[in-house]
Amino acid sequence: MPEVLKAPLTVEFPFTRSLGPVQSAFLTGLRERVVLGVRTGDGRILVPPVEYDPVTAEEIRDLVEVTPTGTVTTWAWNHAPRRGQPLDTPFAWALVRLDGADTALLHALDAPGPGDVHTGMRVRIRWAEQRTGAITDIACFEPYDGERAQPTGHLGQFEEPITGIVAPARLDYTYSPGRAQSAYIKALSDRRIVGERCPSCRKVYVPPRGACPTCGVATGEQVEVGPRGTVTTFCIVNIKAKNLDIEVPYVYAHIALDGADLALHGRIGGIPYDQVRMGLRVEPVWTEDSRYPDHYRPTGEPDADYETYKELL
Amino acid sequence: MSKEPVAVVGVGQTKHVAARRDVSIAGLVREAARSALDDAELTWADIDAVVIGKAPDFFEGVMMPELYLADALGAVGKPMLRVHTAGSVGGSTALVAAQLVAARVHATVLTLAFEKQSESNAMWGLSLPIPFQQPLLAGAGGFFAPHVRAYMRRSGAPDTIGSLVAYKDRRNALKNPYAHLHEHDITLEKVQASPMLWDPIRYSETCPSSDGACAMVLTDRAGAARAPRPPAWMLGGAMRSEPTLFAGKDFVSPRAGQDCAADVYRQAGIADPRRDIDAAEIYVPFSWYEPMWLENLGFAAEGEGWKLTESGVTELDGDLPVNMSGGVLSTNPIGASGMIRFAEAALQVRGLAGEHQVDGARKVLGHAYGGGSQFFSMWLVGAQPPDA
Ligand SMILES: [Zn+2]
Repeated sequence: MPEVLKAPLTVEFPFTRSLGPVQSAFLTGLRERVVLGVRTGDGRILVPPVEYDPVTAEEIRDLVEVTPTGTVTTWAWNHAPRRGQPLDTPFAWALVRLDGADTALLHALDAPGPGDVHTGMRVRIRWAEQRTGAITDIACFEPYDGERAQPTGHLGQFEEPITGIVAPARLDYTYSPGRAQSAYIKALSDRRIVGERCPSCRKVYVPPRGACPTCGVATGEQVEVGPRGTVTTFCIVNIKAKNLDIEVPYVYAHIALDGADLALHGRIGGIPYDQVRMGLRVEPVWTEDSRYPDHYRPTGEPDADYETYKELL
Repeated sequence: MSKEPVAVVGVGQTKHVAARRDVSIAGLVREAARSALDDAELTWADIDAVVIGKAPDFFEGVMMPELYLADALGAVGKPMLRVHTAGSVGGSTALVAAQLVAARVHATVLTLAFEKQSESNAMWGLSLPIPFQQPLLAGAGGFFAPHVRAYMRRSGAPDTIGSLVAYKDRRNALKNPYAHLHEHDITLEKVQASPMLWDPIRYSETCPSSDGACAMVLTDRAGAARAPRPPAWMLGGAMRSEPTLFAGKDFVSPRAGQDCAADVYRQAGIADPRRDIDAAEIYVPFSWYEPMWLENLGFAAEGEGWKLTESGVTELDGDLPVNMSGGVLSTNPIGASGMIRFAEAALQVRGLAGEHQVDGARKVLGHAYGGGSQFFSMWLVGAQPPDA
């Protein structure tokens, strides 16, 4: 069996989040070294606070200050901290019920080893030196055997409150295009375009996916198509895409390669953009630095008759 | 045993805008849910289950809305489901909720869909850099524009049809206080003079990017009898899907859309949709999709849909008004857009659509699609219950 390709794929985006009144007060409070909870209809204090009562579903806005000292309610040791975690040395993930709160907050607990952590141990917040109004304003928790701290009676009103945060997300994958597409990509390096034929409906898929989506059976028979083909339809792109080094306007076309039963997509060059038409006969233009054809250009043949490609539109 | 008739007794939505920076996502969905409950004069305790939908996860980075939003939607201690079908999700979410009532699993269900496009970038979500693949060359409009050109070639429609749709929908939006775009100085000339982005699609023929949420309260016959305002009755509802790409796929008139509509009409006893349906709220993110879907949905013969647009049939005062709310062209929180179509259909047959009410609307179609014309969901609602 031929080699199946693999490559890392990182999906990463800095999502933004509007906070609304309760999260705004909570995060602004952390900036000022004040921890705020919210009082529910049955009198419990939830930390971190939420906007809606989990029991009655009513809106809750009664902010209550709690203290930066508390008790570990449960924990798990993290042997190998990963990128973006609160500490870069091994630490405990701990649920901490702050004094005055009825629920526990998840954060890192800095301790020498798992033998130094136990449920019921007393801890306090270690504040970050630079605070911006984010959960990371709590650098971590640390063991504490002193007195309970006293709340200052803060009501949750702040100058210049934080109203939004950036919540970056990142997922790291190992991506494999699978057997069929690996073979397709390998053939491209020889400047050949190779699809696969469905054993049931006989349609030729380019690029191949390894199965026919209509018949639900595996495809295996390799079929070289093109290199010439017909423009079935197209659009003229007038807006410049980010990270794409193509001058506008350019033509983005669906191209049915000779012998293929569905169109693939490509750019048309070698002809003024406003002279591209449905039925135009084209061929690929390869460049040294790209796996795929850089673009397709007119072959000079007469246009294909509409009847010959209308089923491929 | 026959199915329980399903009634819409509450509809709520937010005022759709480019950015709702004053509320969290929880606060946004809460507004829509609260106004649907108020419309039905019900409380959180009256709701038996919650069914929620949203756009694909990378579109706004909320991976588990069912977890995050349970408090805001009063779902604690109740079943909560999440539905996931790309741009059609608002429609399919409503249909899953309706099936829970029709099957007598629950008497009263809250269904809701939302999106905050301002906190993300849907275009990024659509164009992840997949290894070994060529980057997507042209964006969402670049995906759909070639299909519009194919429609124009097939039907022989004049180039101006798309601009007529955009001009109509933007004027309809002026009558809808919840619509995002309120272009008070809109003219046909302005639409036709707007820049060509993905020829043949102009800027004014594309949908905006919106923050918004939409909710409905669905209930059974007993619940409808207690409702303070007239209910809308579901007369038919269906979903269909097909692959995004396959040999023989017809992007101009996908088979899944035709089959979905046929199923809805069969359930509702509609012999001739053009004659038997009073108005339609159709998912039209690019203006040319109005004539394309009119054909796909059986309101016009193949190649004839544009004639309904051109002759004014689809205008608010026409014989078959289409997109009375202003449509997706005027409001597009993607995850909610399908449900807004379904909700508008319900408002019309309830007689509660306000300034954009179609006089005498008794049977109205709500339609959604998503993915690369991959998912379809539709319902037909009526002013009278199905057995009346
Ligand atoms: Zn097949």
